[in-house]
Amino acid sequence: MSLLEFARGPALQWSITIFIVGVLWRLLGVFLLRTKKDLSEPRNPAAWKGLRLIALRSWPRREFLEGTAFGEVMGYAFHVGFLVSLFFFTPHVLFFADVARGLFGTDLRGLIGVGWPTLPNGIITLLSAVAIAALVAVLIHRFVNPVKRLISNFDDYFSWFVTIAPLATGMAAFSHLAGWPYERLLAFHLLSVELLLVWFPFGKLMHAFTIFAARGATGMIFERRGASL
Amino acid sequence: MSSPALGEFLRSRGVTRRDFLRFCASTTAAMGLPASLVPRVAAALEQARRPSVIWLPFQECTGCTESITRAHGATIESLIFEAISLDYQHTLQAAAGDAAERVREQAMKDNWGKYLLIVDGSIPTGNPGYSTIAGHDNRSILEEAAKGAAAIVALGSCAAFGGIPGAAPNPTGAVAVSAIVKDKPIVNVSGCPPIPVVITGVLTQYLTFGKVPELDALGRPKAFYGQTIHDRCYRRPFYERGQFADSFDDDGARQGWCLYKLGCKGPTTYNACATVKWNNGTSFPIEAGHGCIGCAEPGFWDKGGFYQPLSTGRWGNARTVGTAIGVGAALGVASAAIARKRQRAAEGG
Repeated sequence: MSLLEFARGPALQWSITIFIVGVLWRLLGVFLLRTKKDLSEPRNPAAWKGLRLIALRSWPRREFLEGTAFGEVMGYAFHVGFLVSLFFFTPHVLFFADVARGLFGTDLRGLIGVGWPTLPNGIITLLSAVAIAALVAVLIHRFVNPVKRLISNFDDYFSWFVTIAPLATGMAAFSHLAGWPYERLLAFHLLSVELLLVWFPFGKLMHAFTIFAARGATGMIFERRGASL
Repeated sequence: MSSPALGEFLRSRGVTRRDFLRFCASTTAAMGLPASLVPRVAAALEQARRPSVIWLPFQECTGCTESITRAHGATIESLIFEAISLDYQHTLQAAAGDAAERVREQAMKDNWGKYLLIVDGSIPTGNPGYSTIAGHDNRSILEEAAKGAAAIVALGSCAAFGGIPGAAPNPTGAVAVSAIVKDKPIVNVSGCPPIPVVITGVLTQYLTFGKVPELDALGRPKAFYGQTIHDRCYRRPFYERGQFADSFDDDGARQGWCLYKLGCKGPTTYNACATVKWNNGTSFPIEAGHGCIGCAEPGFWDKGGFYQPLSTGRWGNARTVGTAIGVGAALGVASAAIARKRQRAAEGG
């Protein structure tokens, strides 16, 4: 079995399995926890209005802008670049369509009613480069900023590594970096994605599944207590 | 050997000097050699004696033989091919049975240590009776012939990698030449079938320099297998622009857009189809509207459907995903139950 066959076969299947098991384990483990009953009189009974905190916290507040602008800009640059590369690059879309067919017996068009567009490779390359640059910038910032350096641990650095690795190896495979055989670079790309999937549920990357729920819950608590959002 | 030099032979077949030099120039370029070597190639070929070639077909479909001997008609490449002293090829030769085997044995004896051995077809390692010639099994014939060979050309994907006979479940235990012969230089000219110009190019290089060409990690001549089909595909710009045919009869297909979505294996297939082309340079599969099936790569028959895009088909199935969901949910519920118990205990009740 070649490295590419291993990466495309057993490694991919096991990493997907670990990803699903890990994500569900952690999500249900948190969501099914007992919440302490709040016995105080609610200042605002329509606590659900606090859900707007999900949107509010996704945009910098003017009064903190000076301190948060770098993180916000880099965060958006990375996330947009990463997500567009992930969901709009043709081979990726074909993969997701294949998964949808395998699970639901129909492709994405049959599932959600509309086709899933793909973007030209030039745009994907540009956005991937932006995402990589943003990740490098935040790592440098983490090293340079004494507070961030102090509070950083293995999880931060390893999560950074498993996030940048698929982007870097993907671009390397696309550009046939250093004249290496494409299938070897593709195998590295797949293995890096699989490392990301395996690590994802057990590190800080899990925030992708919890961040909006956490913001919503916090917003509802604040709203109930009459705090300004 | 008393056979005429190649130049003399070609002249006797009506090949002009101009045609001969044109062939030398194109073959030199195809081999990835600098143009300055064209005179050397021409001089070497002019003086080259016809080398003895013994061609052993084993578990094969004769497609490789068809490709080499018939695809180009009476071109100079085929004349070069005729110019070798093909002392044994049981598909092509008139003699049969014991007479044919005696010819092979005599040719081997006369040219021991100097002949070129061409093998097409895989070698069964299971029951020796799966494939025999004149009562001898393929493996023992190969081992005997390889001992006296100067070099071996494994022609076609069956001889190079096991090919279709070696596809799962591989009932005959088919293997490549390189799995049996370890002490001779082996040139893998893979493809199902291989491109005629590639075999003549390899022969030309062998005649010119007296040694096998530079090979890649899979033992294939780098000059012909150095780049992927995708690298040199004329439809590559459509891939870059994200323009793909979604079916073989849609507008994209009619406009010649990229066939990646229809399962083209060009990105992972190393061969010269896109540059050398087939049928005297007429076209190649992608130009004819069909994706590359990756026939020059090891195990191409077992790498998923020909019409499945490269990025699909290996992630598992609904059952494994369902099992993962069940296990994950059970673990989550169990861990939450334990945590709730601890919460209650901490709260004193």
